[in-house]
Amino acid sequence: MTMRALILSLALAAVALPAAAVQPDEVLADPVLEERARELSKGLRCLVCRNESIDESNAELARDLRILVRERLVAGDSDDEVIRYLVDRYGEFVLLKPTLTGSNLVLWIAGPAMLLLAGGIAAIYLRSRRRAEEPDVDSLSDEERRRLDEILAD
Amino acid sequence: MLIELGHFALILAFALSLVQSVVPLVGAHKGWRGWMAVAEPTANGQLILTGFSFAALTWAFVTSDFSVRLVVTNSHTLKPMIYKISGVWGNHEGSLLLWVLILTLFGACAVWFGQNLPPRFKARVLAVQAMVSAAFFGFILFTSNPFERMALPPFDGQDLNPLLQDPGLAFHPPFLYLGYVGLSMAFSFAVAALIEGRVDAAWARWVRPWTLAAWVFLTIGIALGSWWAYYELGWGGFWFWDPVENASFMPWLISAALLHSAIVVEKREALKSWTILLAIMAFGFSLIGAFIVRSGVLTSVHAFANDPERGTYILAITGIFVGGALTLFTLRASQMQAKGVFGLVSRESALVANNVLLAVSCFVVFIGTIWPLVAEMFWDRKLSVGPPFFDAAFTPFMVVLSILLPIGAVMPWKRGSIAKAMRPLRGALVLAFAGLALAWAMQSGNSALGPVGTALAVWLVAGAASELWLRAGNRWPRLWRLPRADWGKAVAHAGLGITVFGISALTAWQAEDIRVAQIGEPFDVAGYTIRLDSVDRVEGPNYLSTMATMTVLRDGRAVAVLHPEKRVYPVAQMPTTEAAIDNGITRDVYLVIGDRQDDGGWAVRTYIKPFANWIWLGCIVMSLGGFLSLTDRRYRVAVGAGRAPAMAAPAE
Repeated sequence: MTMRALILSLALAAVALPAAAVQPDEVLADPVLEERARELSKGLRCLVCRNESIDESNAELARDLRILVRERLVAGDSDDEVIRYLVDRYGEFVLLKPTLTGSNLVLWIAGPAMLLLAGGIAAIYLRSRRRAEEPDVDSLSDEERRRLDEILAD
Repeated sequence: MLIELGHFALILAFALSLVQSVVPLVGAHKGWRGWMAVAEPTANGQLILTGFSFAALTWAFVTSDFSVRLVVTNSHTLKPMIYKISGVWGNHEGSLLLWVLILTLFGACAVWFGQNLPPRFKARVLAVQAMVSAAFFGFILFTSNPFERMALPPFDGQDLNPLLQDPGLAFHPPFLYLGYVGLSMAFSFAVAALIEGRVDAAWARWVRPWTLAAWVFLTIGIALGSWWAYYELGWGGFWFWDPVENASFMPWLISAALLHSAIVVEKREALKSWTILLAIMAFGFSLIGAFIVRSGVLTSVHAFANDPERGTYILAITGIFVGGALTLFTLRASQMQAKGVFGLVSRESALVANNVLLAVSCFVVFIGTIWPLVAEMFWDRKLSVGPPFFDAAFTPFMVVLSILLPIGAVMPWKRGSIAKAMRPLRGALVLAFAGLALAWAMQSGNSALGPVGTALAVWLVAGAASELWLRAGNRWPRLWRLPRADWGKAVAHAGLGITVFGISALTAWQAEDIRVAQIGEPFDVAGYTIRLDSVDRVEGPNYLSTMATMTVLRDGRAVAVLHPEKRVYPVAQMPTTEAAIDNGITRDVYLVIGDRQDDGGWAVRTYIKPFANWIWLGCIVMSLGGFLSLTDRRYRVAVGAGRAPAMAAPAE
């Protein structure tokens, strides 16, 4: 796949490579561990892909990471330990869900803060509408009156 | 020769758009009728010239004219005809040409359907629309000429990206662009109203059909893209929160908010400046979307090269139009005085809540989309923002919206009470709790997603039905005589419910199986038996396929025979996965064939996807609701046609 073809495919839609994703030979015998591996994989980014988790990607690297996650789990790591292990090696770029630390707090708080702000402004506006005086109907200009008649005539 | 004529037509259209940007505006300012009237022939001329230009490029693709560079890089003689045509917009330059074609189409539509607009206002609308098209004509002519020739035409082309050779994707961009660009009409109306300094019920009535049409097209476009991702990418995901997807979702959210706030302006003459702001933002997000997709800045932070020149140009367009409109807005916002008076509990307040939720949820999507860029610029942190963030941060807004929607829809204008509004909804509420209990009892796990999603969906659909019933005064015959707009509203709201159900059911209850299957040995997945019968090599028109034949059985009876494929496109040198899907009302059986294993078996992936099709069914129903509203005679784009004797409409 050429660079151009890649860019072109980007130009149209969310395009990922056809995913082969988890291969049968990767699957762990223990269904509980495998389920944990799948859940973890969904939150880890395939570093060479576009916005794909390692669970969905068919890239070689994603396969290596899936196997690595499973190795750590089999070795007895907790979910947090697996994630810490990967972040130590690859940086926080590997996490599809940004951490709640430092500047990322802004990202997580932005939505709720905006909701409070917008809700506050809306509440003030609604109160002002409740108290507002009904405008004097006679203040309509002739042209406004004409338009209003047209609308009402519909 | 035709190619050069197409190029020339595009340059002429650019010149016309420049004339149309200035002359009608001056005319409207000075009150010169002749100058104002210039806008009509120029708008039609732009459409005709751009149409010719687009036809010339299409002709080059259809006839595989490999002296044109774009045809070489995106087409191939063996490609099926439909993909030769869709190849025209399957690339940056051609899709931009489609974009300006649609832009001029909307400009011309404003002329055709805007007969009842006051001439001065109409001249201003058309001038603003022409400024937008001039900016894009400039973009295409100066940075992305689709008519570039090859010095040495090659024998054959390099083929279109195989992932894009697909019926779902062939029509995805045109619909999406109709939506993006349709919002430019709302923008032009908003800026023209700011120039005039007046926003009234009539303005809201003019702007609403355009916004509604744009929203319907966006809904269809997004649904097509999501449906394509579902069957083409090989594991049945339908939404990825990818920057490119978010680019189309943000204008959808804002235009949905605009649709609702324009109702308040129309019926109650309140929320005027907010509605103008939304109209500006809706198109602003379309432009930001174009920037995200075409500059590659966000999609390619770490993986791909980008094109700084194009990105800078679109950023400049976005900055000038949004910045200019916002400046005008701050100068004129104080002139737009609200007239309507209403209580805290009223339809008006419910629509304000709708707007707050939609706008803030759009903000959340926006900040999540650009956050990797922001974090890298300011804190040098290289990080990813993926689906887990958006699922967590966006979903609550939709839950609250779904809870409030049916109550707001039955709330009376001016003053209401929650207790009174709930009365006609009691049945819907009972049904929703029944749905919750049923889903909880039927599912195997303890996940809340499925039951809550089911309850919300039932609440939305039953709420929409209850509202219709209420408007009909609880009598059947009157139900059919309700205005189309009432039906449209209820249908669109029910469509949202159906989509909510599809998404939560699929997410909560999907079953998956990954294994090595031996030919002839059946295996069981979630109540179905799957048998791999054979795997064959098949040759397609421009690809080679490894095609499996698989039988799906339920209780020993064959339900379907499916053919999942792995294809290789030799010209583009790219493999694709073609999943085979047995579509059903309650579930899809989704089969994918993988690689051959050392022991002679094949890697096979089976998914049972409950209620998957309901996601897109809901989108279809939502768009249908939009169309129903559009056909309401009150919202007819050509309102006033009945008053103009020369244009007497046929009896309805």
